[in-house]
Amino acid sequence: MRAMRDAWAETLIELASSDPDIVVLDADLATSTRADAFARAHPERFLEMGIAEQDMVGVAAGLASMGFVPWLSSFAVFFTHRALDQVRMLVAQAHANVKIGAAYSGLLTGLTGKTHQDVQDLAIMRAMPGMTVLAPADAFECASMVRWASATPGPVYLRLARDAGDDVFDAGYAFVPGRVHALREGRDALLVSTGAQTARCLRAAALLEAAGVSAGVLHVPSLKPLDEDGLLDAVRDVPLLFSVEEHTVLGGLGGLLSEILSAREPRRLVRIGLEDCWGESAPNDFLLEKHGLSPERVAARVVHESAAVPRRDR
Amino acid sequence: MGLSEPSADLHLTTLARHGRWLVVSTVAGSGGGHVGGPLSAMDLLVALFFRVLRIRPDDPGWADRDRFILSKGHSSVGLYAVMALRGYFPVGELATFDKGDSRLQGHPDMTRLPGLDASTGSLGQGLAVGLGMALGARMRGRDLHTFVLLGDGECQEGMVWESVQVAARYRLGNLTAIVDQNGLQQYGWPLAEDGPRGADAAGTGDRADPWPGRSLAAAFEAFGWRAIEIDGHDFGAVEAACLRARDAVGEGRPTAILARTVKGRGISFAEGRHGWHTRVATPEELERARLELDIDAEGLPR
Repeated sequence: MRAMRDAWAETLIELASSDPDIVVLDADLATSTRADAFARAHPERFLEMGIAEQDMVGVAAGLASMGFVPWLSSFAVFFTHRALDQVRMLVAQAHANVKIGAAYSGLLTGLTGKTHQDVQDLAIMRAMPGMTVLAPADAFECASMVRWASATPGPVYLRLARDAGDDVFDAGYAFVPGRVHALREGRDALLVSTGAQTARCLRAAALLEAAGVSAGVLHVPSLKPLDEDGLLDAVRDVPLLFSVEEHTVLGGLGGLLSEILSAREPRRLVRIGLEDCWGESAPNDFLLEKHGLSPERVAARVVHESAAVPRRDR
Repeated sequence: MGLSEPSADLHLTTLARHGRWLVVSTVAGSGGGHVGGPLSAMDLLVALFFRVLRIRPDDPGWADRDRFILSKGHSSVGLYAVMALRGYFPVGELATFDKGDSRLQGHPDMTRLPGLDASTGSLGQGLAVGLGMALGARMRGRDLHTFVLLGDGECQEGMVWESVQVAARYRLGNLTAIVDQNGLQQYGWPLAEDGPRGADAAGTGDRADPWPGRSLAAAFEAFGWRAIEIDGHDFGAVEAACLRARDAVGEGRPTAILARTVKGRGISFAEGRHGWHTRVATPEELERARLELDIDAEGLPR
């Protein structure tokens, strides 16, 4: 178990040793995002921008135009909300080769509460033309995405969780844009998840198995681009379908699935996530429990929905 | 400096008259667009593109070119007019301004038109991009200068001052901000009883100055920039200030050139009128503008 932010920084340190174009820009959160490790390893290519995220995004666009590969270090919310217009116009519209390391995404942000939690980022970023939107499940996937993004021209939004969860993949993992991953097969239900929530869904599936319910887990790390056919193939034969995300139920993974299903293979989808509400400062367990995202609450929701499905549909 | 010669000044003056005509006639042709800002910035743009910037219009992507960003992107038609006169594209293409599928967007789009170093139009953003270019140029060891043209109304955006702070911190002597200080914004504040009028030093505007009684030069200086105040319609002064900025790279301070201009400059009935921020000239107004700018029936300067 390693935190994504550690994998992010360590991978960049390694890449920067052989790639002189990689630079890291920080908006005074380096000790939180782990960009401080990069600063120690490559001080000449670490650029402190101060508490000024809008400027930082613009500077990154300028550096990208000079051939650099700038990675940005701040909290997700300061990119997707405070500096949204800069990301929209200077990075996405301009096709700037800027990589957004969106630390402290989602609900679990270390007792910081509503100001720092970002449970709308996927909805916002995937609506932006030209933006690649990635949400790794663990440190292995995160490291692979950092390598891919650094070598692939164009804007990338990388959703990073603050705290380490269970490992989902291993060191042999290689990211392929758009691909979905069937991590566990299940006859009765399928949990479609993304980001750090995927590990909790795997735990939920284990709990369900013990309770006699066969639940599969499908991981969607690449919200954009997305292999829609692969996704539809994976969900087609499952009687009960859930989207589960550490994000609002509006417009994120659940929204994405709804759009695809309604257009191509209409069916019922249960969306689990924040029910259009604000977060608060509280321990991780409290927040996951309150918003139905803990393994126990996800499992209970599956059992509840299973009971509601008429027998002939099961 | 060649500009002390009257003939050189005459050449620029003629280009600027032509540019102003292209602005007002192009906007009239497209049925919408900005006029007052492009006219106030016209002499700055002409001086930059014909005297200051190291550029190659036939090779707009030349790696060692000076960088230029029109941060006040709503003055795009002024930039397009000068780029056309400088040879980036045919003057005739201005007729496509603001039309569908055009390279000449209402606000500059670098993905459509070669020669644009940034997409702008959301105010306050250009200086940050220029900062990144200047920083990148220094890291690459490239001897090029980055110029960013802002509006004085635009300087009300908070992001501008983020960039001002960071540029000084990195001692970017290869970065110059030019503020087209035309003294008016789209609407702004009404004239106060005893407050300064906008539009020019004499205060001929019909609305309040965006920075009444405040010195933008002092603000830039307080952040560690070198500030140079000039008449933005004096070609020699514009060129001299830009060359001073370029020559002082080693001093490790970014330069702000506060260029006092008149909004709507060159067309008597538009000067100092905030209503000409965006306005389509009537056929009668267009004819008056043509005569005032001394443009012949073919649309060329006499």
